[in-house]
Parts: sequence; structure tokens; C-alpha cells
Amino acid sequence: MRRRVLPGLTLSLGITLFYVGLIVVLPLGALVFKAASLGPEDYWRIVSSARAVASYRVTVLSALAATAFNLVFGMALAWVLVRYRFPGRRLIDAIVDLPFALPTAVAGIALTTLFAQNGWFGSVLAEAGIKVAYTPLGIMVAMSFTSLPFIVRTVQPVLEDLDPALEEAAQTLGGSDGAIFMRVILPLLTPALLAGVSLSFARSLGEFGAIIFIAGNQPMETEITALLTFIRLEEYDYQAAAAIASVLLITAFVMLAITNLMQARALRYTEKTRA
Amino acid sequence: MNRLILAGAALAAILAGPASAQDKILNASYDVARELFVQENAAFVPQYKADTGKDISVDQSHAGTSKQARAVVEGLEADVVTFNQVIDIDFLVKNGFVSDDWKNDFPNNSSPWYSLPSFLVRAGNPKGIKDWNDLVRDDVKVIFPNPKTSGNARYTYLAATAYAREAFDNDEAKVKEFVAKIFANVPVFDTGGRASTTTFVEREVGDVLITFESETRGIAKEFGEDKFERVTPSVSLLAEFPVAIVDKVVDKKGTREAAKAYLEFLYSPEGQKIAAENGNRVNDEAVAEAFKGEFPEVRLVTVEDVFGGWDKAQEEHFASGALLDQIYGDR
Repeated sequence: MRRRVLPGLTLSLGITLFYVGLIVVLPLGALVFKAASLGPEDYWRIVSSARAVASYRVTVLSALAATAFNLVFGMALAWVLVRYRFPGRRLIDAIVDLPFALPTAVAGIALTTLFAQNGWFGSVLAEAGIKVAYTPLGIMVAMSFTSLPFIVRTVQPVLEDLDPALEEAAQTLGGSDGAIFMRVILPLLTPALLAGVSLSFARSLGEFGAIIFIAGNQPMETEITALLTFIRLEEYDYQAAAAIASVLLITAFVMLAITNLMQARALRYTEKTRA
Repeated sequence: MNRLILAGAALAAILAGPASAQDKILNASYDVARELFVQENAAFVPQYKADTGKDISVDQSHAGTSKQARAVVEGLEADVVTFNQVIDIDFLVKNGFVSDDWKNDFPNNSSPWYSLPSFLVRAGNPKGIKDWNDLVRDDVKVIFPNPKTSGNARYTYLAATAYAREAFDNDEAKVKEFVAKIFANVPVFDTGGRASTTTFVEREVGDVLITFESETRGIAKEFGEDKFERVTPSVSLLAEFPVAIVDKVVDKKGTREAAKAYLEFLYSPEGQKIAAENGNRVNDEAVAEAFKGEFPEVRLVTVEDVFGGWDKAQEEHFASGALLDQIYGDR
């Protein structure tokens, strides 16, 4: 066998697989097992109830909107942090990670305080006729807050490696700013963006702590799927909770699989164009 | 390396906690009882020392009681539970953690104190809210948590239903319409009683907050009687606060005596006085008499009388797809 840089491949492979099995697969397996203990009819009745479907709609749409917002804003933030030098840059760079560190319930309460009708932002927005707290808009705000770091942190290192000479070369060849961004920078960033988007979206789907404070939690309107799962648990209805959670899990899994595929394609594209 | 060892040692010390031989019990309790049990525990510790000569410490854990019940079944080693709804103790019974006849272990169905869903309105009562039938008015916004996630709000739901049954002479269609109208007037469903308090008090959302009378008293005291006014409806639901020894845990830890002494203390004049000071109605006659002015007269009905017991209420109203879900679905 060829000598590898890291020794003990078999051992480390065994340990990691065991660890992943224990920490990730086993709990998820238990969830699937619990949901599977329902008959197919009961399962379908629970996951397709009007209230559950309404919760998927608000959860997925809000997560999409939050991710789209983060895509634009997160990329701009990463760009600014990498390409510009200004006082306080390091500080802002550190602040980006705060949503990770902050307990999500604290984030939820803080956002609600700001966006409530009598809050700093909320009172100004109310004059413009915009309500954020206790509406789907509030869910988006909470989701984009907690998932912002994903896009910034995945794009940033790629941007750092991106040689400005590429852009200069494109400029000397007469490319317009728009063309350079679309045809030189964006393709190189795409794999990282996809990774960030999928993480951000998956996180938004599962977010609970921050959202329940700002959402209003109206059934059929602002009740997210994670809360509905929690409600079923509170009824000691473990199976229904597992069933609804499995829908979230499948959605996230499918989403991650799709983005992984797209990412592989994008990578092939960059390699081809580089070669 | 040295630093690492030091950090490891510090961590181990933190995890192990202070080494001591004293008795230690854990009380798993409901969300809004933190302040109450801090005071009860502070009074109980010297009492226990005087009675038995032993030191004891009481740890507290607070959350929604359905969550607490699940936590106990899943391994939280609580010696006693002090909940705000009977069904959560029944869940422990079903799982073999609490004995069948726990209700006879202590006086008054093992409920040392009681309360009722009551109203809190903004100063001067600008909307003139007096009773349950004011809650269906189009110009009234009502705040209470989601009955699915909050025992507190289950009482509110049942109290409103009990009122409507009397008012409409048990016409189920009209009762349902009445309750659905109240629910349509709720702009925010928080998951717990405290969160609803925050919504009403800090966010200034809504015209009336419905929560345990003990909580409305606490809010009026803490935020100023000039900002809020307490309103007691004509009729409400008896909210018992059941307590029980968790047999499986005390047998394992050998803490039965301490756990029993602790729950008995809640019935003692001192324990009752602390409960009353925190806005709970008590059965001890002398204490009840002393606090008479604090608690307006109200007619209380029970879950047993109106709904045929908690199991039945749970099945007919709160289970998945039951009446409450239908009311939500109508929205």
C-alpha cells in the first residue's frame, strides 16, 4: 500500500465512521424508526394535514427568502472584508461569527425587542406600514440573522485565493465590469456559494429558538414546522412529531444532495476552464 | 501542557461539583414558579436542619411541565415534581415513575395551593374588559400562550369553554364558535406563560393578558400597579398545582424521607404563607384568612365537574385533531 501522509488510515477510518454513526446516524435513525412505526396511512395523514402543509410553506418560503438575502448580502460582506482595508475591518470580521455564538433564544428576543411595534426598528417601520415582528417577515429576519455566517465564511477563503490578476487580465482584454463579474469571478465562486447557500438554507429550515419569539406562532400563518414538531411532542405524540420532523429532514437532505451535485458540476467547469 | 492539565482539572472540579455529604434533592417544576420556590427552599432548609439535624440543599429546574415530565422519564433525576397540571403527573404514572394513588399521598388531591386563569388589563381598563364575553369583541386583542405548549393556557382554554357552556346552555356549536372567536383575537401565540407576559408587558401587544392569577399579581407588583389593573372574571377554572414524589428516583437515591419532608413543608403554615405571598390561593385556613383581601371572590369550577376529568379533556380537546386543533383549523 502506498504510504500516506496521515498514518493509521484503517484506525482513523474506523474511529470516524464509528463516531459519525454514533453521533449523527443513530439519532436520525431513531427518528426515522419512530416515524416508521406509524402505518403509511397514518404517516401520510399526519404529514399532509392542512396545518402541517401550511407550516412547510411558511418554513420553506422564509428559508428561501432568508437564504437569497444572505447570498447577496453575505457575498458583498465577504468581498468587502477580503478586498478592502479599512479601520475596524478585523472587528467586523469577528462580529460576523457572533450569530453562531449567540444562543438563538437570545437572538430571537433581541430581534423581537428591536422589531416589535414599540421597538427601535419596529416603530420606524410601522410608520411606513411595515410589520416585521409576528409576521412571516419576522421569521425571515430571524433566519437570515442566524445563518448569515455560513455564506460569508464559505466564500471568504475562496475570495482570498482569487488572484486579482485574473480580473486585471480580463480588463486588459476589454471586459466590462459586469462581464468580468459574471464570467470570471462568479464561476470561480460558485462552488463556495453553493456550499454556503445549502448550509444557510438547511440551518434556516431547522431554526427554532430564534424564530418562536418573533414569529407570532399563528397556526396556518406563522407557525414553523419545527414548532409544530415541538407541539406534537408536548402532546406526548412522539410518532407524529417524528413524522413531521422526518419531512424537514428529507427536505434538507434532498436540498444538500442537489447542491452537492451542482457543486461537483461547477467544480468540473472551473477545472475545465482553467486547463 | 501544564495549562491543559490545569484546565482539565478545573473542568473536572466543575463537573463534580462541591464535594459534600449533605442530602440533596431536585425539584422539577413549572415555568413561572422560579421566584416562589427560591423562597420556599430558603425557608425549608433551616426547617429541615432543625427537625432532623441534617443539612439539605434543594435544586430547582423550571420549564413547561410537559417538557419536565418527558425529561424525568428520559432520565432527569428529580426527586419531587411540582407541576401545574395533573396530566403531566399522569404521564409519569403511566411510565412507572410515580405511584398510582399519588393524589392521596398529600392533602387536597396533593395540591398544596391553587390558582385560576385571570385577567390583567392596561391601566384604567380602557376597553372595559370585565368577563369572558368581552374577549370575543372585535376591538379586543387577547394575549395568552399556545395551549398546546403551555399548561397555563390549557386552563385558559378550558375556563373559556366552561364559561361558554354555561352561557349557551351546553350548545356545543355556539361554545365552539365563542372559543374560536377568542382565539381569533389572539395576535401572538407564545410557547409559555412567561413569554406571553413579555409580549403583553414589554412589547405592549394586546388589551388583556390571561394567565394564572398568581402571575397577574406578580406583574402588577413588579411593573407598577399604576400601569396594569387586575380583573377577576365572574367564573373561572380551578387550577390545581399537583405535587408528587418520584418513586423511581427517590428509591434509587435513597431520598424518600427528604422528598416527603419537602412536600409536607409546602403544606405547613410557613410554606402556605410564602405561596400566598406569591399570589397563590391556599387551603390553610389561618393563612387564607390573613390574605383574604388579596384574592377577590370568584366562582371556581373544576375540570372533573365540567369536562369529566383530565384524561377526557385531553382526549376531547387537546389531542392531535381534537377540538382545539379544529378551532385552529377554522382560522
